[in-house]
Amino acid sequence: MASIARNVLMLAAALAAAALSAPAAAQNEQFIPILSYRTGPYAVNGAPYANGVVDYYNLINERDGGINGVKILTEECETGYATDKGVECYERLKSKGPTGAAFINPLSTGITFALTEKTATDKIPIITMGYGRADSKNGAVFAYNFPLLGTYWSAADLAIQQIAKELGGFDKLKGRKISLLYHDSPYGKEPIPMLQVLAQKYGFEFTPIPVTHPGVEQKSQWLAIRQNRPDYVLVWGWGVMNSTAIKEAAAVAYPRDKMIGVWWSGAEPDVTPAGDQATGYKALMLQHGAGKFPVHADIEKYIYAKGKGSTEPGKIDEVLYNRGMVNAMLGVEAIRKAQEKFGKKPLTGEQVRWGLENLILTDARIKELGFEGMLKPVSISCSDHEGARYGRVQQWNGKAWKVISDWSTADESLIEPLVADVSAKYAAEKKIKPRDCAKET
Amino acid sequence: MIALGQFLEVLIGGLMSGVLYSLVALGFVLIFKASGVFNYAQGAMVLLAGLALVRALDLLVANGLPLWVAVVLAIGFAAVIMAATAWLIERFVIGPLVNQDGLTLFMSTIGVTFVIEGAAEMIFGSDVYPLRLFPTDAWFLFEGLFPGGILVNKLDVWGALIAGVLVAGLAVFFQRTKTGRALRAVADDHLAAHSVGIPISWIWFVVWLVAGLVALVAATVWGTKLGVQFSITFLALKALPVLIIGGLTSIPGAIVGGLIVGAGEKLAEVYLGPSIGGGIEYWFAYVLALAVLMLRPQGLFGERIIERV
Repeated sequence: MASIARNVLMLAAALAAAALSAPAAAQNEQFIPILSYRTGPYAVNGAPYANGVVDYYNLINERDGGINGVKILTEECETGYATDKGVECYERLKSKGPTGAAFINPLSTGITFALTEKTATDKIPIITMGYGRADSKNGAVFAYNFPLLGTYWSAADLAIQQIAKELGGFDKLKGRKISLLYHDSPYGKEPIPMLQVLAQKYGFEFTPIPVTHPGVEQKSQWLAIRQNRPDYVLVWGWGVMNSTAIKEAAAVAYPRDKMIGVWWSGAEPDVTPAGDQATGYKALMLQHGAGKFPVHADIEKYIYAKGKGSTEPGKIDEVLYNRGMVNAMLGVEAIRKAQEKFGKKPLTGEQVRWGLENLILTDARIKELGFEGMLKPVSISCSDHEGARYGRVQQWNGKAWKVISDWSTADESLIEPLVADVSAKYAAEKKIKPRDCAKET
Repeated sequence: MIALGQFLEVLIGGLMSGVLYSLVALGFVLIFKASGVFNYAQGAMVLLAGLALVRALDLLVANGLPLWVAVVLAIGFAAVIMAATAWLIERFVIGPLVNQDGLTLFMSTIGVTFVIEGAAEMIFGSDVYPLRLFPTDAWFLFEGLFPGGILVNKLDVWGALIAGVLVAGLAVFFQRTKTGRALRAVADDHLAAHSVGIPISWIWFVVWLVAGLVALVAATVWGTKLGVQFSITFLALKALPVLIIGGLTSIPGAIVGGLIVGAGEKLAEVYLGPSIGGGIEYWFAYVLALAVLMLRPQGLFGERIIERV
């Protein structure tokens, strides 16, 4: 009996000590929620991305002791790529940590649409690197949205640039047929307005072809493509839809080198299930591709050598793992930038938003961070929440992705009027008074 | 002539796709026919069977076994896994719920779905695993008659042949074997069947095993088509309209229902889709199913339920 009482007392003391020490430890931690999907039909793409994010945050803690001494505290929440679950995760995590969420990164355009108003109200930045609302590039209207490194309108323009290059010039686009095979969701629909603008400008015939979630059945779409015989098919898919598209293309003998996927349709899980049938398939790159860069040496040394990695060591050079790391790095650097103004302590979402809006990564800084070769310079501002719109094209050779183009830049003169028009309509509808970016510091 | 060729191509492609849906629907029919349980877990069983098969196959091939030996052994391994699953379901889920109403049993299979999905991915992994048991290229028929010919995918033809053999085998099993007749007796009234000495537990194990083996067959075809991955579980949703149209108790009904759904949704997507925005084939299958429900609630081939009051 005495031993039971002693155990109970020890447990109570331990709990009390933990309760007293936890807030003290948490006071110097910056909370970053991780919305991920490691289960469900999109897990094959969601998991490697999440692994890159988690490993990079761990690297900052393990190697640097946090961001200027402020440790990163994370919590993962499984969304399954479902909008309702994503919103639920956001609501549950937004107030955690001493200052609440530094930012949110939903990895879903559908969740982005659902959270855009909420995050603005809660003053928490929503980082949508390479996805999300294309009109949210306009930071004057979308103060808390950051579609970093490239929107789908930039991607659409880059894809058409590539086709023009292959055909021998923009004038050769006239009279051509270009189809868009897209995931029938906010994500897949996002490039359509830009492609319509481009079709009008260059005189090609544009046909959007939706594929219902999750994309396991595409026979009718590919029979329609076989009948229409487009010169190129752009693929805006995710998860199983991508590999199924490649297999169906092979089944109807559509040449894979006339298919160009967006950067979410250009990772290893998109091509390997199709085997040899995927050879020749092309995809845009959100700047980086697969492979190891200097930062990977640190990941191996500080994370995998200590057995703290999120995945198998052989998978840390994959496209989506790298993208997760780039995404995490941009968030970390935004916090670091904000610390210059607000102090080396945990920051609020509003303060981190300032950091994002003033973040400039030069070639030298990118090299210092170990991302040389993965990224071009980034310069985010109040009026430009995209920060960079470079892209390249890679091609699957049956075993690996090979970069087949030089760097290109999306044509801002075409994108900007559409951004201004659509974001102005959004501002009018939501009664948002656009900020005067000239006065923002 | 071009339009006719295109129509025939879509129609044939749709019919072939429908047969592949029927492969999944057959598993539902078998369990409902024999136990009155609507097995929501059939899609998850296809995933489990596929993962067990492909992971064993990859391992055996990596260890230097000739492909055909590896295929036979991997199929055997997957069959054992499905047998173990059938036993576990009968022992821990369906058995203890004997005499409960249909809704309770249906809900229990929803639970089984999540357990199987989670366990399958935890044990065998959650990546996409390519499976190449059948050819996936195409024939182009009547090229002299129609420009470009009529495309027929070889995998679809294999799927149709397998479905045909499966239906014939199941028909013989149900009509001509002692166990098959016992299954039908249990389906009609399991208490009455029990009272005449039919071992209910054994019969239910057999029916879940047969459904598991049908799931394995479906996994070989669908795994070749998509790669073995989580999305295979969505096939259950494609099978539902097939069941509504064909009837929950009819094996030939599952085939005919599949043909109607496959052809209907593909023709609707290609010819109706462009005028109303496209992406209609998923819900169009349910429109067809609703239409059948209105006219014949038990499905085209289902048994008419007559209750005396």
